[in-house]
Amino acid sequence: MSDDIVNIEVDGKPVEGRRGQMVIEVTDNVGTYVPRFCYHEKLSIAANCRMCLVDIEGAPKPIPACAQPIAEGMKIFTKSPRAIAAQRATMEFLLINHPLDCPICDQGGECELQDLAMGYGRDISRYNDGKRVVKDKDIGPLVSTDMTRCIHCTRCVRFGEEIQGNPQLGTTERGENVKISTYVEQNVDHEMSANIIDLCPVGALNNKPYRYSARAWEMTQHATVSPHDCVGSNLYAHVLRGTVKRIVPRENESINESWIADRDRFSYEAIYSEDRLQTPRIKESGSWREISWTDALAKAAETLTEAVGEKAGFIASPAATVEESHLLARLATHLGSNNIDHRVDRRDVSDQGSDPVFYGLGCELDEIEKQSAVLVVGSNIRNEAPIIAHRLRKTALNGGQVSFANASEYEFYFDVANYASGAGLVELLAGIAVAAKADSDAIAELIEGVSPTDVQSHIAEALQEGDESLVLLGCIAARHAASSAVRALAHAISNATNSKLGFVTAGPNSAGASLAGVLPHRVAGGQMRSKAGLGVAEMLEAKLDALVLVNVEPDADISATTDATGKLARQDYVIALTPFVSDALLEAADLLLPIGTFAESAGTYVNAAGTWQSFGGVATPVGEARPCWKVLRVLGNLTEARGFDYVSSDDVLAEIQSELGTAAAGSYSAAGKATKPNGADAPADEIDTPLYSVDGLVRRANALQCTLSARRAAGEGNS
Amino acid sequence: MSRITSYIKTFALWELLKGLSVTMRNFFRKSVTLEYPEEKTPQSSRFRGLHALRRYPNGEERCIACKLCEAVCPALAITIESDVSQDGTRRTTRYDIDLFKCIYCGFCEEACPVDAIVETRLHEYHMEAPGENIMTKDKLLAVGEKYDAMISADKAADAKYR
Repeated sequence: MSDDIVNIEVDGKPVEGRRGQMVIEVTDNVGTYVPRFCYHEKLSIAANCRMCLVDIEGAPKPIPACAQPIAEGMKIFTKSPRAIAAQRATMEFLLINHPLDCPICDQGGECELQDLAMGYGRDISRYNDGKRVVKDKDIGPLVSTDMTRCIHCTRCVRFGEEIQGNPQLGTTERGENVKISTYVEQNVDHEMSANIIDLCPVGALNNKPYRYSARAWEMTQHATVSPHDCVGSNLYAHVLRGTVKRIVPRENESINESWIADRDRFSYEAIYSEDRLQTPRIKESGSWREISWTDALAKAAETLTEAVGEKAGFIASPAATVEESHLLARLATHLGSNNIDHRVDRRDVSDQGSDPVFYGLGCELDEIEKQSAVLVVGSNIRNEAPIIAHRLRKTALNGGQVSFANASEYEFYFDVANYASGAGLVELLAGIAVAAKADSDAIAELIEGVSPTDVQSHIAEALQEGDESLVLLGCIAARHAASSAVRALAHAISNATNSKLGFVTAGPNSAGASLAGVLPHRVAGGQMRSKAGLGVAEMLEAKLDALVLVNVEPDADISATTDATGKLARQDYVIALTPFVSDALLEAADLLLPIGTFAESAGTYVNAAGTWQSFGGVATPVGEARPCWKVLRVLGNLTEARGFDYVSSDDVLAEIQSELGTAAAGSYSAAGKATKPNGADAPADEIDTPLYSVDGLVRRANALQCTLSARRAAGEGNS
Repeated sequence: MSRITSYIKTFALWELLKGLSVTMRNFFRKSVTLEYPEEKTPQSSRFRGLHALRRYPNGEERCIACKLCEAVCPALAITIESDVSQDGTRRTTRYDIDLFKCIYCGFCEEACPVDAIVETRLHEYHMEAPGENIMTKDKLLAVGEKYDAMISADKAADAKYR
């Protein structure tokens, strides 16, 4: 590989680079800063801002560092008088048309143009003519535009083309008249569109919900983790006086790179929505009244103690943290109940004995893009995990064959190699299994008499031929009425084609909840219980003395069974620990305890790749809401459970970690024989949760609910 | 010899006379003290007293909620909250100055890009109840309106030195 090493000189220092690298990459590596606006390491090179001009020995003119590949013996001077003069001249031209409205610009204080103008700008403008004014566009409820400020770096345009895959912004006209706009007046509509806010080096594209509400320098930055999907995107919450003002991405190359989904960015709005439950409430003879925490907790503990044993049930959301899951599992054990579950969206649990310790991706997130063939089964992946959809797009761009098996056709912004659709998942997979010559007892009944279609054969072929291949089951597959058959088939296909088998799960911590033993048939770490308790659907059917809901909203969150609200209302006593109050909860529950959202309590999420990510509470809880783990701890104390004297959430985490040791995801094992779905495979019966309905937070985030995606999902036109 | 002189001076109360001569000299000079509050010393147009928020002649608030005064304030006396106003502009929804914290350094006035926050010449004010030390946005605007002529004149007088 020595041919690949190129020796160059940067400001007189000898530096090594790789062949094909641009000058700016090498200078960045050695820590020599070259000013830039249009260059971004994740985007293609445009070289249209001209700010990174450097002096290269022998070149007649200064050369843009971002577009100049290095060559052996090249001598680069980033701070020679000629380079500095060129950069200062570029800055002067940029500032000709840039308005001087920094005091009202939200980018002020974190603006790349402002920062560089300090170093390269003149004190006084020599320009006395009229400045360019550009009309603002309305590109949707998430991104505000002040196009007069635009310096035409085209980062947003390239993001649309290269990262989103559906270019919506573009440049029109040329020269001084060039404008960034949507060609036809329309909203920018993509699940990751708001990343252009971070990309924009000036204040042209900004955060609309955050508009004018704070300044960059007065907020404190706290690391946190996204609570909306199994990716666990790394976030920073920017907090002013205890209130979350905005969310920005925290770079983590192995998880979310430098992007986050729009719902990660804007769901914080829900923390301050009117639906927040501010104080504990109790239902007495049909009407609700507010009570104190002391009385509420005493009532909850009393009900739970009386319902001891098999008559108590616990349903946690997959958004509950590891700590909350662990405490809930311990509480259930203490009360002698095995009725505990977090699988609120799984309709078919007949194969739960085959479950792995937790349903995970089967590979690291950044390995997805290295696969040569991927089959995604039962998933509208852009809704379920936008970052995984982005990774899959990279797989396709890298030459991998990404195929889908879905009952319905969903739109993806990359070349889908094969799209099997039009029938139920079991039928589609049976065809692929036959084509892949998968032959096991478990699926014998399902593939009997099936002959594959062309598309199904192509998919099997691609999986078989690929060096690295992956079969990925999505949330639609998990919610499938005969998901045991889907899993058995996918398992057989992955075995026959030597592919990895992965699962995209709903909620941020489905893996953590499984590990912590929030399952009716498993204890923490995946050991089988001696006697399996009731799952979500069975608990709702049964009539329990006490049922605890943790962060679960009936109907909206529960798809394991229909009419969850009605079934809950028929239970003896329902204690709901919830950050929000809804009509369904008011109907279903008897006691409401306000808990904090992800931003208000410390915790840990385990993502689908099995990565444990802890975060602290970043905001002051709204009203009298308390972190959920504290509520559960006090319930433990009041029901006289032993060892519930944790001081911080770290204590809880340390306990569960020492209990689990090195528990891994484990793998799906095809145990029993899968049976024919008997009509449960109807495409119309499948459940696809819309992008902005996945959890209570996004359902209450105003800006997200105003987006085209949300309005379309709600059935309101497509304008 | 000196001992004799000293002896004579002691009996002639020389030191007393010397002292009295200072008194007598000043007795006939023009008085330098003032009968405050009936009389007042002249003030500089740059005097830094009570704060005020100004408006443009058409009644529009000057303050654009850039929060530079809040950032520069060394005593952390200023608290601002901002939002989009009804006409889409950037405006404060809260602008509080804690007069107990304020050290009257005038940095806020210096930092303001639109000459909205100013320190007027007013220095004769008092608080009677707890909480009155907080100058809210309404109070600051009221001061600005009431003393608009004085503030404008002071600003004009100082303009040529800026």
